[in-house]
Amino acid sequence: MEERTLWGEFGKGVFAQNAVFVLAVGLCPALAVTTGVKNAVAMGVAVIFVLVCANTLVALLRKLIPQEVRIPCFIVIIGSFVTMVEIVFKGKLPPEINASLGIFLPLIVVNCIILYRAESFAYKQGVLRSLLDALGIGVGFMLAICLVAGVREILGSGTIWDYPWVPISWPVRYVPASILIQAPGAFLVLGLLLGFFNWLRGRLLAPRKA
Amino acid sequence: MDVGQLLTIAVSAILVSNFVLARFLGLCPFIGVTQKTENALGMGAAVTFVMFLASFATFLLYRLVLLRYDLVLALKTPMFILVIASLVQLVELFMRAKLPALYQALGIYLPLITTNCAVMGVALLNTTDAPLAFRGMSIGAGLVAASWRGICAGLGFTLAMLLMSGVRERLARADVPPALRGVPIAFICTGLMAMAFLGFAGMV
Repeated sequence: MEERTLWGEFGKGVFAQNAVFVLAVGLCPALAVTTGVKNAVAMGVAVIFVLVCANTLVALLRKLIPQEVRIPCFIVIIGSFVTMVEIVFKGKLPPEINASLGIFLPLIVVNCIILYRAESFAYKQGVLRSLLDALGIGVGFMLAICLVAGVREILGSGTIWDYPWVPISWPVRYVPASILIQAPGAFLVLGLLLGFFNWLRGRLLAPRKA
Repeated sequence: MDVGQLLTIAVSAILVSNFVLARFLGLCPFIGVTQKTENALGMGAAVTFVMFLASFATFLLYRLVLLRYDLVLALKTPMFILVIASLVQLVELFMRAKLPALYQALGIYLPLITTNCAVMGVALLNTTDAPLAFRGMSIGAGLVAASWRGICAGLGFTLAMLLMSGVRERLARADVPPALRGVPIAFICTGLMAMAFLGFAGMV
């Protein structure tokens, strides 16, 4: 296995191994809660919290957790942190954000990103590295869903963070393409963004031709 | 529980709020296992079966334990995922011992189902969703409704898987731009399919 600096451990999750655009995991929330940037940020924060706590705890306990029952142990650890987020969000966040996160907040428990990092990284690595890895993957996930949400919100409802991006005083108005806020728009935007990043990666990594 | 209510649940779960195309649940197998029609059908059957069992078990747990002892907020998520994970293990053991033929066909999909969010999703929806709230029903009627919705949601999932595998078998021979090959074009096709399914909106 290649050796990485601590900074590299964080950075790989943001770009080279971005959960959504490169590894293509955790796609359900990337589509479901990206109707607006606000929801995406709330979801991103929740995922970062669960991912960082679960990864750190798994790394701390990795010598104690027996090989045969590791998956149930991971699930219990993840489930406990998800419940903490649920309780805090229910008390602190406005009801409309809670309503649009809906069942996708408890569904973080089956989000493949978190189980995948616990299994493939935290169960084998030290605490500090696991923490940084989780932070990187989490931030990468949040940036990715914010990008999807940004495109959908700007084009689909004509707003950014709930404020119209064409000032009301202007004589022109943007007519939102509301299909982007509905289910088909989510699939189309994510498909096109995935294609764009594939193309970009091909351009950046391909050897330059004379 | 009359036939009309059951029909409403069926139409809603299969067509109007299709779990894949309208609710964004179960996308990993939808993208991962739809290269071939046989695989898509096998996965669909396995998921439908587990969704039925999971709906049944989690609804009972919710009504008899969580609601009665006021543990919904604190224990719902961890309890549900544990019940689903154990159910999948149980089904796998049972199938291997008693139904080897079926195990041969569906066995490889079973471990994947634990982390399939459609299964957890239907369990959560059965115990939260406002418009089709089963929580107000008597326990027997609620159990029937929840299990039936599990089956129908599974059928809707299978329908989406089948449609997608048909599309992808054609796509494999199509001339797709290199950057869009694989997952991106699959998502764009899904978007068009979801647009078609929007036509069912308002039926229920």
